[in-house]
Amino acid sequence: MNRDDLRKLRRKAAEIRRLTVEEIAHLGIGHVGGSMSIVEILVLLYYRHLKIDPARPKLETRDKFVMSKGHAGPALYAVLADRGFFPRALLQTLNQGGTNLPSHCDMNRTPGIDMTTGSLGQGLSAAVGIALGHRLKRLPGRVFALIGDGDTNEGQTWEAAMSAAMFGLGNLVAFTDYNKMQIDGPIEEIMKTDRLLDRWTSFGWHTQQVPGHDFVLLDEALQRALGEQHRPSMIIADTIKGKDLPGIEGDYNNHNMPLGEEQAEMLIALLKKKEEALT
Amino acid sequence: MNWSIRQPDEPDSEEMRTVYAEQLNAMANEDERIVVLDADLMKAHGTLAFKKAHPERAFDLGVAEANMVGVSAGLSTVGFIPFPATFSCFAARRAFDQFFISANYARQNVKLTGSDPGVSAAFNGGTHMSFEDVGLMRTIPGIVICEPSDPHSLRRLLPQIAYRQGSSYLRLHRKPTQVIYHQSEEFELGRGKVIADGEDLAIIAVGAIMVAEAIEAARRLLNEAVSAAVIDMHTIKPIDEALVIEYAGRTGAILTAENHQVRNGLGSAVAEVITDHHPVPMIRVGVQDEFGEVGTQEYLQQRYGLTADNLVVQAHRLLERKNAHATRKIHARSTV
Repeated sequence: MNRDDLRKLRRKAAEIRRLTVEEIAHLGIGHVGGSMSIVEILVLLYYRHLKIDPARPKLETRDKFVMSKGHAGPALYAVLADRGFFPRALLQTLNQGGTNLPSHCDMNRTPGIDMTTGSLGQGLSAAVGIALGHRLKRLPGRVFALIGDGDTNEGQTWEAAMSAAMFGLGNLVAFTDYNKMQIDGPIEEIMKTDRLLDRWTSFGWHTQQVPGHDFVLLDEALQRALGEQHRPSMIIADTIKGKDLPGIEGDYNNHNMPLGEEQAEMLIALLKKKEEALT
Repeated sequence: MNWSIRQPDEPDSEEMRTVYAEQLNAMANEDERIVVLDADLMKAHGTLAFKKAHPERAFDLGVAEANMVGVSAGLSTVGFIPFPATFSCFAARRAFDQFFISANYARQNVKLTGSDPGVSAAFNGGTHMSFEDVGLMRTIPGIVICEPSDPHSLRRLLPQIAYRQGSSYLRLHRKPTQVIYHQSEEFELGRGKVIADGEDLAIIAVGAIMVAEAIEAARRLLNEAVSAAVIDMHTIKPIDEALVIEYAGRTGAILTAENHQVRNGLGSAVAEVITDHHPVPMIRVGVQDEFGEVGTQEYLQQRYGLTADNLVVQAHRLLERKNAHATRKIHARSTV
């Protein structure tokens, strides 16, 4: 990744954050924190690695992405709209009656969504199924999954982890958005998931832990993960819930929060400034 | 009376699991999309034979039913037709949210099989005895629920389940099961099978145990000059409304029979149709508000009233009600 690539990715991240804030602000409430913490992961995947064609969202041979933390749909919708899967204007309809952009990801409503999620813990199992299917059909597409702290609490995630290793799914790469916050508080106080890297390693996965807002380190980790042929890969991304939103960043109360007009305007202006500085 | 039925030269019983595995195998030979998943019960489901024939399309997930259903949903999104199986207690209770969200809400094509339903769990006892699985499944929008009564109907219905778009729940009696039907009989998913016609009441039954008991009850009733129709309602959802309405009209008395709680199973499904379209006296035979327990299947059938004996007793109660109902109607008319 050269300096120009890096600048473009960072600019794109600021833009996706702005679009997501605008999207949520239009309704006045939404899953802000967990949308902000995954932006670099999404941007790295959707603007640098995923083999996708926005004009053909159902193409069998393309890469697949499962957002297990389905409540972070708003960030993914911003990315999908920007990549051209659907018009940007649709972003203003988030969570309104009859919308095709529901709070949690829905493969039957939103072009570009590969799996319906929302009940935590279910995404990784689906990703294992997709990866098995790709292998059976000898499809070239790789399978990516993104899980969060909440997913990590769910027993099903560990069932899926066991099976992915058992089946030697080298075509599966998962990220953990390790922002260390959950709805009721910091994970330290609610449900500890310390030594997370060791946990995944002991389940037979190829594992790495990197700063989750650093494109260079994330990209290097992803390259290494993609080099794995016979076992699934987990990249634990140390992230910050509410990243880059002053007054919101790092506060566990930002999981699902109201976003007033004035506050939104301030944040949008800040993010715009950031985009311009990176132009 | 027109008994549809097996010929004397045909086998009188077959293991349903063997038929299940053979039919899956036959379908898989023709269709690469058919895949089989299990949660450490392939031996119980006879699908080790499938694994031998199609090793690349058989996945044992270990004792992890939730993951099995989720993995099935993932396979479905890329075009496969997955058949995950486990005991019915685990299929419904343990993996319900996964089946609800990842399979049904996501509009996938997951063909879940729950075996050893109700008292057929026998020596596995109360923990393994599903009297509630149909009730849970029946509340999932758009789902197909099927419980074949014999090996032949299973053989005929399984491909229809496979090729009907959407997720389904097959309630599978896997042990040796009495053959009811002649090999030439055809079955249609969503259409009940009239085994015997009758005028005085209709016994609407489901599953390997209760359809056989219903036939036996109807035979005994015939000896008492009571003519009972017997219907095998192998598809519980969508229920064959037209057939229920037709027999409510023709006989004026409906008796349901199921190896399941009377709450939210076949009896409830039939009652919904009757209430909405053609109210007539009705009695539901099945397990009352109770948990399962351990014992032989025969003991448990007695314990919960899942027998021809009880069906005959309940048929007489029902006929009394029907007659009282008719008398009331005549009285009401004459006083107008």
